Amino acid sequence: MAGLELLSDQGYRLDGRKPSELRKVQARMGVFTQADGSAYIEQGNTKALAVVYGPHEVRGSRSKALHDRAVINCQYSMATFSTAERKRRPHGDRKSSEMSLHLKQTFEAAVLTSLYPRSQIDIFVKILQSDGGNYSACVNAATLAVIDAGIPMRDYVCACSAGFVENTAVVDLCHAEESGGGTVMSLALLPRGGQVALVQMDARLHQDHLDALMEAAMTACRSLGQVLDGVVRQHLQEVSVLTAE
Amino acid sequence: MLKSKTFVKKTRSGGVMKIVREHYLRDDIWCGSEFCVECKHDSTVLQKEAVIESDLCSSPHYIIPDTNVVLHQIDILEDPLIKNVIVLQTVLQEIRHRSAPVYKRIKDVIHTAAKHFYTFTNEHHRETFIEREQGESANDRNDRAIRTAAQWYSEHLKKAPDAQDLKIILLTNDKANKQKAEECGLSAYKCEEYIKSLIANPELVDRLALSSDDINEITTGKVLFPEHLPLSRIQAGIKSGSLLQGTFRASRDNYLEATVFIQGDGEDSTEVLIQGLQNLNRAVHQDVVAMELLPREAWASPSSLVLLDEGPKADSENLEEENVVRGRLPDNALLKPTGKVVGIIKRNWRPFCGMLSQSHIKEATRHLFTPADRRIPRIRVETRQAATLAGQRIMVAIDGWPKHSRYPNGHFVKALGNAGDKETETEVLLLEHDVPHQAFSQLVLSFLPKMPWAITEEVIRPVHLYTLCCNAMVRTLSGSFHRLAFSCIWEVNQDAEILHTRFTKSVINSKASLTYAEAQMRIDDSNMNDDITKSLRGLNRLAKILKKKRIEKGALTLSSPEVRFHMDSETHDPVDLQTKELKETNSMVEEFMLLANISVAQKIYDEFSECALLRKHPAPPLSNYDILNKAAKSRDVVVQMDSAKALADSLDRAQIKDFPYFNTLLRILATRCMMQAVYFCSGMDSDFHHYGLASPIYTHFTSPIRRYADIIVHRLLAVAIGADCTDPDLLDKHKRSALCNNLNYRHKMAQYAQRASVALHTQLFFKSRGVLNEEGFILFVRKNAIIVLIPKFGLEGTVFFESKDKITPPLTFNEEGPTLTVQNHTFHLFDRVKVTISLDSSNIQHQKIRMSIIEPVIPGVSVDPPEMEPQTKKARLNP
Repeated sequence: MAGLELLSDQGYRLDGRKPSELRKVQARMGVFTQADGSAYIEQGNTKALAVVYGPHEVRGSRSKALHDRAVINCQYSMATFSTAERKRRPHGDRKSSEMSLHLKQTFEAAVLTSLYPRSQIDIFVKILQSDGGNYSACVNAATLAVIDAGIPMRDYVCACSAGFVENTAVVDLCHAEESGGGTVMSLALLPRGGQVALVQMDARLHQDHLDALMEAAMTACRSLGQVLDGVVRQHLQEVSVLTAE
Repeated sequence: MLKSKTFVKKTRSGGVMKIVREHYLRDDIWCGSEFCVECKHDSTVLQKEAVIESDLCSSPHYIIPDTNVVLHQIDILEDPLIKNVIVLQTVLQEIRHRSAPVYKRIKDVIHTAAKHFYTFTNEHHRETFIEREQGESANDRNDRAIRTAAQWYSEHLKKAPDAQDLKIILLTNDKANKQKAEECGLSAYKCEEYIKSLIANPELVDRLALSSDDINEITTGKVLFPEHLPLSRIQAGIKSGSLLQGTFRASRDNYLEATVFIQGDGEDSTEVLIQGLQNLNRAVHQDVVAMELLPREAWASPSSLVLLDEGPKADSENLEEENVVRGRLPDNALLKPTGKVVGIIKRNWRPFCGMLSQSHIKEATRHLFTPADRRIPRIRVETRQAATLAGQRIMVAIDGWPKHSRYPNGHFVKALGNAGDKETETEVLLLEHDVPHQAFSQLVLSFLPKMPWAITEEVIRPVHLYTLCCNAMVRTLSGSFHRLAFSCIWEVNQDAEILHTRFTKSVINSKASLTYAEAQMRIDDSNMNDDITKSLRGLNRLAKILKKKRIEKGALTLSSPEVRFHMDSETHDPVDLQTKELKETNSMVEEFMLLANISVAQKIYDEFSECALLRKHPAPPLSNYDILNKAAKSRDVVVQMDSAKALADSLDRAQIKDFPYFNTLLRILATRCMMQAVYFCSGMDSDFHHYGLASPIYTHFTSPIRRYADIIVHRLLAVAIGADCTDPDLLDKHKRSALCNNLNYRHKMAQYAQRASVALHTQLFFKSRGVLNEEGFILFVRKNAIIVLIPKFGLEGTVFFESKDKITPPLTFNEEGPTLTVQNHTFHLFDRVKVTISLDSSNIQHQKIRMSIIEPVIPGVSVDPPEMEPQTKKARLNP
């Protein structure tokens, strides 16, 4: 038999989720002490680590500095052991520089960069284990790390992937679903205002389906936002208990 | 609750990969029973009155079949009697993996609301999910999962009110599984046991597929066939090149011969001949088989013999003879590679139509079934209804073919009706050619507009153009009616050069409705000078120019005799039969139809270069023309095949004095050399040429008949001119390509069905007519027969020179001619002969037209012209 049945007639996906259900999310903030901010997130089997330095003086050539806002520098990488086949991934390959660029664009839209003119904010993300939705895991981890660093943002940036299987929009795709051949959309949203920070789509999708897919992805982003908010609040509680002592 | 599923998988390059997948377990999967109050389901599938009367279990019960039961006894499960069945996800997944057709069928059953089949997603249910234990095989785990689910069901439903009597019955044919289930306190039965206990429907028992234990009883113990190789060895063999994989095609004429068609890369495909029962080794027509080539010394040419399996003689006595490869020729040039089947990669069995040949012993329950398709072997079935089924057309499915059995074993599926009835035979034709012919469902019909229906809001702007007349004629329907249409409007000059083309949705108002014959009469009648007639003449003039241009470019005019029946208005039985006559107006409509199709093809291709639905006709390889070449040479005529144009020209020149029909015969032969025209998606192919029409691009947009391809082309064109918006499926080239393949398949099958239907009606005609004497021409010469075409009826028939009850006259066959010498007379291609035609109904299943030679008179071979009945004569005088 060719292929996997991505969505059964009873409406269950390969791993038993319904089309609109997210994978289990677990996150921790402040995992490293040396960095200004750090976070770790698990979305199902996709695991990502984000570290934030800054704002600090612009490193390297001074000419990069902007006089009215901060420069955001993002670096994305994947661990050699992150996929089923161990593979050396040199820095600066096409895929990861593209992903770095997307992250940069996303966070330029969310961070209040105008507060820190002539300075730089570094965001480093690493995928430790990959099972689909790498971009969204990176964005979500980086959001938490930026918050952990105490850098003001307009809102949480929440990202989620969505795809289209048998005329149904399914969200938070796992690797098997992503490689199933359909269209995959990644969307980053500022949930409170509903502004879209980034949308990315590689394959073709018919116009009629676009609205349904966007709607599904945005709903998923909003529920992810609630989860992240919970994580931040719990972290603050823990930290304030510690500092109160 | 989260579980992760880990397994290792071998990659294509041979490495081993560990794959980890998440597996979520849920507590919101409901049981789907009407009894249950605990589950929060919106709708229930399983009924409270789940009573199938059975000796084993009189109370209401739900059935849980295991994988093998569904896989092998799907015919039973499809019966309307069987209701309230729980299909587990485990079972469904296993079936999906193992057999696509059964998977499709069980899904259809599940979607039928009246069957009350419920799919329980047990693998994701918190309480029924189980993990594979150390050392447990995947099959054992699945069996355990099925038992666990069954147990959960019985405990779950015990809690429901009024469900004390309700039972869960597990159907399994696996002894170990049954025993374990009984240990857990479940009611488990073997499928046979349960079905036999059903009170309401004893005939269901006949439909039980034979399981392997039963098959053993039948055997005589003698091994007739070599063992099939296991799949692993086949795969290794194919990889190393010692075995070949191909599709098995049994010969229609000779049951001891078949070819295996091996698909190579691109054009590079070959056919391997297989001869003798042992070498055929239980392969059935259309199976995908693995085969081994025989050494070059054993290569042979296909025998031109016609051999039919004459059925149950003493089983093994004639086997020796059947294994002898017959008809080997020493002529090296014609040798084909031969081989033997060593294993089956994929069976392609479907239910077959045919008839029961009753056993000679009156009380016997085992009988032989003779399929209607001669390429399928006889099948041994077990039934208690033999007496009722005798003389009926029935369907039978094959269950298996053990190595010690001369025939495969099967089971009865359903009865179609009395053999020889027009309805039954038509049903058989449609089934055998896989033509879906169910009535449209209510759902489909609901999309149609309500009748009476009229164009309401459109502003009808009159457009007076010649072309509309053409439109009006194509649809030979009532005149002076507003009709919606999709039009292609050309502006042409006197020389039929297109100045401007416009496509539009339109409302047409036919000035007149004319049949082809009426239109022809108007054109020919010089007294008529009204507007319609004048416009018809104008169109006809243009059409002639168009046709001329087309022929100059090398379009072929080929011919194949088409037969038309005159039906009796009361009984719908054919009363007369003649070949279709083509008029000038036919050709006129055809020209404009072709022009429209070509214009539209260009338009949709310009607009959608990736997903336009087009039609192409590949140029045939030169080897296809062998037969035409030989035939032409036998009459000292040269036919050039270098290009379509050369072929068309040389066919035009091929005339013989005193033999006006020669040209038509040659064209009929040329038609047989052609390739099949096919639909394709422009994004998936680069060669668009239509050989027959000599057009660089072509599609099906309009024709006097409606086709599904037209509808797709209409949609594309509508989008192209902005009259409609696209939908995703329309622009997906893979889906489009899959659709094309299906269209091609359906088209082919419909053509076969049409041919078979013509044959059926021809038989009905000759049945009512008795014996006729007609003149005909030899179309092909075979080793022991000639094939004769009767131009009057467009009928082809075989005259055999060998028969069982007569001594075969001395036959000499010459491959080069080809000629056949019977005693002193030599038959050449295209010879004129006189034959007598009658219906041979000695075999009710394969009634056929029998032809015997009257002229030339060959003693001992030809027959005397039979006396005509006076009634027949009269009928022939007034056709």
